[in-house]
Amino acid sequence: MVVQIPEMDFGWIVPEIAMTVFAAVALLLTLFRKKNSTWLFVEAMPLVGAIVALYFTFQTWNGNIDIFNNLYTIDNFGVFFKGLSLVILILVTLLSYRYIDREDMARGEYYSLLMFGTLGMMIMVSSNNFITIFIGLEVMSISIYILAGLMGGNAKSVEASLKYFLLGAFATAFLLYGIALIYGTTGMLDIREIAGYVNSGNFMVTPTFMAGLALLIVGFGFKTASVPFHMWTPDVYEGAPTSITAYMATGVKAAAFAAFLRVLFTAFHPFLSGWTYMLWILAVATMTLGNITALKQDDVKRMLAYSSIAHAGYILIALTVGDRTLSSTVLYYLLVYSFMTIGAFAVVIILGRQGSPNTGIESYAGLAGRHPVIAAVMAVFLFSMAGIPPLAGFMGKFYVLTDAIRGGYYWLAIIGVLNSVVAAYYYLRVVMYMYFKEPEAEIGAPDVSIGSTLAIAISVVVVFYLGIFPRLFLMIAHTSSAIFM
Amino acid sequence: MLQEIPTSYCYLLSAIVFIIGAVGAITRKNAIVIFMSIELMLNSVNLVFISSGNAFASMDGSIFVFFVMTVAAVEAAVGLAIFVMLFRMKGTVNADEASLMKG
Repeated sequence: MVVQIPEMDFGWIVPEIAMTVFAAVALLLTLFRKKNSTWLFVEAMPLVGAIVALYFTFQTWNGNIDIFNNLYTIDNFGVFFKGLSLVILILVTLLSYRYIDREDMARGEYYSLLMFGTLGMMIMVSSNNFITIFIGLEVMSISIYILAGLMGGNAKSVEASLKYFLLGAFATAFLLYGIALIYGTTGMLDIREIAGYVNSGNFMVTPTFMAGLALLIVGFGFKTASVPFHMWTPDVYEGAPTSITAYMATGVKAAAFAAFLRVLFTAFHPFLSGWTYMLWILAVATMTLGNITALKQDDVKRMLAYSSIAHAGYILIALTVGDRTLSSTVLYYLLVYSFMTIGAFAVVIILGRQGSPNTGIESYAGLAGRHPVIAAVMAVFLFSMAGIPPLAGFMGKFYVLTDAIRGGYYWLAIIGVLNSVVAAYYYLRVVMYMYFKEPEAEIGAPDVSIGSTLAIAISVVVVFYLGIFPRLFLMIAHTSSAIFM
Repeated sequence: MLQEIPTSYCYLLSAIVFIIGAVGAITRKNAIVIFMSIELMLNSVNLVFISSGNAFASMDGSIFVFFVMTVAAVEAAVGLAIFVMLFRMKGTVNADEASLMKG
């Protein structure tokens, strides 16, 4: 049998090729760099690469084509998430410049691994085949195992890397066993073929198949940091370099949710009603545990880690409702969540110093008096996460809870609202420290640079824009999720 | 007379190997032994892919096995590098020693 690969197919994956090439060039430039010469070219690679890839990604909007013998798919859902991960790459790169300098991390490796991680996300979100989804997931995860430990001399960073690696590999094994069991019952790896088969009528639900689906949910639950598979999250987010924490909390979560959504809503939608209770419990546990544990955190970075768990819970509400026409809510929430989270972590970065990250909440005391602008933008991000109008976080929560009510999940909506009230306490606690407390200790001038200012400015503008004019991006999210209908 | 091994036997064996791996990964303390247990889990996955690919007379399962093996090799490379970093810092690869962050 001769397998034919039309040359045309390569035209559709130019963004992925561009990412790979720029990542490899960044590594080579580092290798052949003369001592004491400029880092400028290496540092420009992720920005240039992301912008080139972003341009070609938008060219594939409305492409809707299967390439490489159905192993890869270009559709609007994939384009949406590819665009989101590339924008996240740009923002993370911007806020990394000064931070890497300060913490003395290996630059060439850092930037090229960031790009390889983004490549993994791009592959993972645009495939309907389990092989490609798995490869994308691993390219992303392995890059991030290394990135988490790149602050070599720092014990916390090494510990974060170790924990993420061991638990990540453990979860991968569960995900793979799930895929293997589903393959064992259906004999197929393409999720649309599986969907056709399970809907065809001559399909019998076997325990093996259900076990496979359960293991698949465990594997994705780990990557999206849902309770009870969240144990690694706070430690890894706290120990990893802050820029990588921002990257993990946004990019990895968005890509994992995208793949989760695609697999669940394409192949296993008929079984979703049987899983509603499990997803219901998962959503409630994730929200509640994330929020309750965040209450007693005195470290802002760790508090944001728990808050990211809680946000995963709100997204799971939309998954529980399981209405395919409403899946655009998930996309919109992830978009909103990415910008406000990156913004908050950017503020955490600029308040840090070499050797003293200043992530304790007491470092934020009296910030408004000394650095009113930084305090104000941090307050914007925190209010947005708490879900206060007119900021983007409010619209995200509003659509998620509306979905729950439309789907008849009143209790879920009530628990969601109660959770946002609890969450408001610990977000506003930081605001209270910034505005109404006297400074306890001098933390020095903030480490502001052009890059981080730009990243924060973009995030603030987007958070306001998405909160006040949600229509445009909601329509885009709606068009993107049309593949499920 | 040669008889083919029923696929259900392979499933059973792979489930046993997977559970041994999972229990080992949870209960052991040495990071390298934990990692070996995880490799065991991946091998049980391979067994399912091979046997069910054989039962369906499809190549997909065998192809997936190659990818799983490649990824396992990459994970081993990265994992050992992380263990070396841990060893340099703590003088041990005991995963329980990595307990700076809690709560």
